[in-house]
Amino acid sequence: MIHAFNFKDNYFVYDVESGSLHETDKMIFDILKNNDLSAYDANAVAEAKAEIASLKEQGLLDASAPEYTMEEKRLDVKAMCLHVCHDCNLRCGYCFAKEGTYSGPKEMLSLETAKKAMDFLIDNSAGRKILEVDFFGGEPLMNLDVLKQTVEYAKEQAAKKGKVFKFTTTTNGVLLNKETSDYLNKEMDNVVLSIDGRKEVNDAVRKTANGKGSFDYFIDNFKYFRSIRGDKSYFVRGTFTNKNLDFSQDVLFMNDLGFDQISIEPVVLPDDHSLAIKESDLPVVFEEYEKLAEAYLERRQDSEKWFSFFHFVLHLNDGPCYKKRLVGCGAGSEYIAVAPNGDIYPCHQFVGEKQFLLGNVHTVEKDGLNDEIRHKFAKSSIFTKPDCQNCWAKYHCSGGCNANAIHFNGDMDKPYKIACEMMRKRLECSMYIFAKENL
Amino acid sequence: MKHFKTIAKPELNKIAKNSGCGECRPSCQSACKTSCTVGNQVCEQKVLVRNTGK
Repeated sequence: MIHAFNFKDNYFVYDVESGSLHETDKMIFDILKNNDLSAYDANAVAEAKAEIASLKEQGLLDASAPEYTMEEKRLDVKAMCLHVCHDCNLRCGYCFAKEGTYSGPKEMLSLETAKKAMDFLIDNSAGRKILEVDFFGGEPLMNLDVLKQTVEYAKEQAAKKGKVFKFTTTTNGVLLNKETSDYLNKEMDNVVLSIDGRKEVNDAVRKTANGKGSFDYFIDNFKYFRSIRGDKSYFVRGTFTNKNLDFSQDVLFMNDLGFDQISIEPVVLPDDHSLAIKESDLPVVFEEYEKLAEAYLERRQDSEKWFSFFHFVLHLNDGPCYKKRLVGCGAGSEYIAVAPNGDIYPCHQFVGEKQFLLGNVHTVEKDGLNDEIRHKFAKSSIFTKPDCQNCWAKYHCSGGCNANAIHFNGDMDKPYKIACEMMRKRLECSMYIFAKENL
Repeated sequence: MKHFKTIAKPELNKIAKNSGCGECRPSCQSACKTSCTVGNQVCEQKVLVRNTGK
């Protein structure tokens, strides 16, 4: 399978099975798209077709899929989203976690439950050395003492059992004072700072409990954190909705503030929500990704403005192996979420949905986990998803987010279409950027 | 070639059998939390080779 596409006047062919990317010209594009060739000289067309045949012979165009027998993913756990707090000091209009409560009671993780969660992760990680924990919420800094003590405990246990923990904290920054920034900078391998971009965009959706815009409450905290972070991993991470379809401006705004590791995600909401991105919005979204790609290339020429955009990062030559590309995030098998009461779910998106409850860290030793659900997740891959079979982007999203598929279509093997469309557009932009920076 | 410039050729299909060490991070863990992108990750084995030369 191949995908021939253009980014304005630049033409490319991506070979899906070999992963090869070629820059080409309009004539080749027209040949591969079966377009009218009458405007071209017949000899030139024959020469171009000979080059196509040569690339095919070399296995770099329309290559065959490998003979590969899909084994079910192992159920060893290697990463955990730990819900430190089911409460939040902000009231964001699109929050999937229902203001941090996940449709349940407001609740703080206890140190006892946190320790059980760390023990569970270590005990179920088999031969995996590096274990990842994302301190998540609600707002995790509302339960900072437990977060800190959990880090200490996990490190002690890891040292005894030959494991290494890598920690992430995701925060809205309202409580991110200097002392906490210094702590997170020291202990966290990655810190995700939530901001939607321009003050007016952010404040229209990310509000305090009494309805004020949140921007002024966190921005200086984020700037301080950036100033001490050096080249260690962090992201400023936003969400765009139908209220800011000009989201490239928000990305550039965050860059102008001095941030250089930026992510902005499309909101995931049902069509009847006032902030939802609908199929009819996609042409505008696509145009915006193109604008962002052009600005991105330009800024990356300037060392003062250089930045990395999460969805434009593309590792064509040193990216994940074939197997990784088949099964994606590993939710329910190698990645799980733990709620403050110790309940275990396939990922953070399922927390509170009892039909996906896998067990509880307090009773797992005695009762085990619901492996029927885990096997369903572990078996899902691009091979079990009919829509992925003829999709040229399948090895880059590995079938998309299973939670989105279930929440929109009631079936983890039926991907959420709007996300697929945006993924393909971002990937075309990424390939264009890759070509410009590597040719 | 006159009409093609090859930018990348990872030969994914040829290395399929030797894949799956499992040392890379879950794709959702770093920043997105609402999508699934693996193409922007790096293979940990290739990082190891790059860092150690082994």
